[in-house]
Amino acid sequence: MKEQEIRINPPASISFDLTELWANRELLYFFTWRDLKVKYKQTYLGILWAVLQPLLLMAIFYFVLFKTFKVSVGMSYPIYTFTGLILWGFFSAGITHSSESLISSAAIIRKIYFPRLLIPLASVLTAFIDFLIAFVLLAIILIILRQPVRWEAVYYFPAAILLAFISSLGIGSLLAALNVKYRDFRYLLPFGMQVLFFSSQVVYSIHSIEPEWLRWLLFCNPLNGALELFYAPLRGGIIDVTGVAISGGVALILLTIGFMYFKKTEAYFADLI
Amino acid sequence: MEPVIDIRDLGKKYSIRQAERYLSLRDTLTGSVKNVFRKNNNSHHDFWALKDINLKVEKGERLGIIGRNGAGKSTLLKILSRITWPSKGTAIIRGRLASLLEVGTGFHPELTGKENIYLNGAILGLRKQEIDHQFDAIVDFSGVASFLETPLKNYSSGMQLRLAFAVAAHLEPEVLLIDEVLAVGDMEFQRKCIGKMEEVSRQEGRTILFVSHNMNQLRHLCRTAILLNEGQIHFKGDINDAIREYSSLAGTIESHQWQNNEPDADHAINSIRLLTNGKILESSVSKSDDLSVEINLGSRTTIENSIVAIRVTNQENIPVYTTTNADDSLRTPSVDKGLHTYRVKLPVHLLIPGRYSLIVSWNIPGIAELSKVEDKLYFDLTDDLYPADILRDGRLGVINKTITWEKL
Repeated sequence: MKEQEIRINPPASISFDLTELWANRELLYFFTWRDLKVKYKQTYLGILWAVLQPLLLMAIFYFVLFKTFKVSVGMSYPIYTFTGLILWGFFSAGITHSSESLISSAAIIRKIYFPRLLIPLASVLTAFIDFLIAFVLLAIILIILRQPVRWEAVYYFPAAILLAFISSLGIGSLLAALNVKYRDFRYLLPFGMQVLFFSSQVVYSIHSIEPEWLRWLLFCNPLNGALELFYAPLRGGIIDVTGVAISGGVALILLTIGFMYFKKTEAYFADLI
Repeated sequence: MEPVIDIRDLGKKYSIRQAERYLSLRDTLTGSVKNVFRKNNNSHHDFWALKDINLKVEKGERLGIIGRNGAGKSTLLKILSRITWPSKGTAIIRGRLASLLEVGTGFHPELTGKENIYLNGAILGLRKQEIDHQFDAIVDFSGVASFLETPLKNYSSGMQLRLAFAVAAHLEPEVLLIDEVLAVGDMEFQRKCIGKMEEVSRQEGRTILFVSHNMNQLRHLCRTAILLNEGQIHFKGDINDAIREYSSLAGTIESHQWQNNEPDADHAINSIRLLTNGKILESSVSKSDDLSVEINLGSRTTIENSIVAIRVTNQENIPVYTTTNADDSLRTPSVDKGLHTYRVKLPVHLLIPGRYSLIVSWNIPGIAELSKVEDKLYFDLTDDLYPADILRDGRLGVINKTITWEKL
């Protein structure tokens, strides 16, 4: 067996060491496991809350937007909104938690080395597991309500979830690194999340928006592409391919920028935090 | 054979701007606007925390790292454990490395003892399989077996430390970096940990780098040492020579004297000095030395019924001795208007070796605290009067005095 050799040099070029991430997968598992354990130990409602929250919000939007303003989404409005809110829940929880994650792990960062990217990654994974639970409940609700779901869901759903995952991780790791350097950055987060929410087709449908360029602009919010894929099997396979492509491209760009900035500043986290 | 640790020309620079730790976005934006108008931007002061470090550590070597606070000891360990990056130079580490800059890193109060063993183990770099394998040994070592399913928040701080040490003691890397972590907690248990580390190191040729202020621990675990001073290696060699060199490093050590920076108060302690043979204590004090505390205080008015007290506290934060200037008289003394200097000789020959801190207080008992100096002064007590073994055989207690046994 070859002896392990660690070489320590001043930070130079940005390099992605995926093998190192892989080598530390157990730590990623433990971080995620800890976050979930602590979360469900601290809240009695626990899993129920993951579903209760979108249900309550759905009820509000149903009465306000649907009953009052007659918003049309091309399918059952409550199901549409509930489905959308569940994916939004994953996306927003992933961003919010990962952007705070480095700061709240300051004690560990100052004392021990591991690939720092594991921290925001674990936050998004935690949100993902929460989402999976909510997703199972969503499936049960869809069955109870006899909502038709097309078989294409077998690839639409995973694609939607993957897209939400990448964009959440990209934005989250960028914000996490920025938060270390600029502590007042976090005050912009609630505002940013609101912008993201109202530009996402959670409570309305992007299809009814004119002109076309505005629609495409909205697809620059990558969650819109994810939602487009997520709704497709429920509303008879209608999908805006260009829109999804725009969202996918933006998500990849965000992930690249996020990781690059993270890697670039990583060397100084322990000195700054 | 190639050295396990090979450090070449290593340096770490901090700029004072960086020393402010984090910035705010607002400062950066406004700062950059200001800089446009300021031609000579001289706001960056560089400070080299480590400079020109060249060091080779062979397999199985147990190297002590000594130096004053701020000499660069922790920075060196942080670079070697990759928590922070060097500004220049290279370090090569051959073999699996674990660093112990703190015990219980990542412990979570809501999780149970068992869950924390796994979490902490994983953070320290153990694989789950290895933790499974060592689990019983860790639990045995910690002595908290019956509380494994209890959340950590219900543990006493002593129990938490035991659990943390137990995980740490079962790390089995090829290179282990330890920073001062053994300065806290229960002495007997610390000894058990050092014993365990030493044992593994002897058997398996583990390399250890050990930072400590406790000269006894250093002598016990290490054979060689480096002495860091102002970021550079000042001495490298035998541990005893290094400790001697450390003691003779010129200048006085901050922790042995204290000066009030706001001397304008109506009544205040102005300065405190730890003296041995009439001079400020420079390094550690041995049990055969005289150690005196000199307190200077001043008052603008006469303060009736006020006393001056010194409390000596050991590493475990247990007060071991309190003395006041009222001890040898029946009535409480008063402090007259003006400047006063007191000198008190401390009975250090009664104490076991270790680090002690001093609290000096001027107060009216039960009524008011007039001035208090805490966490500023400490001294390291070493034993040279008795054979070291007697004191190091794991006895409990805070005092150590040879007592004559009579056989009847």
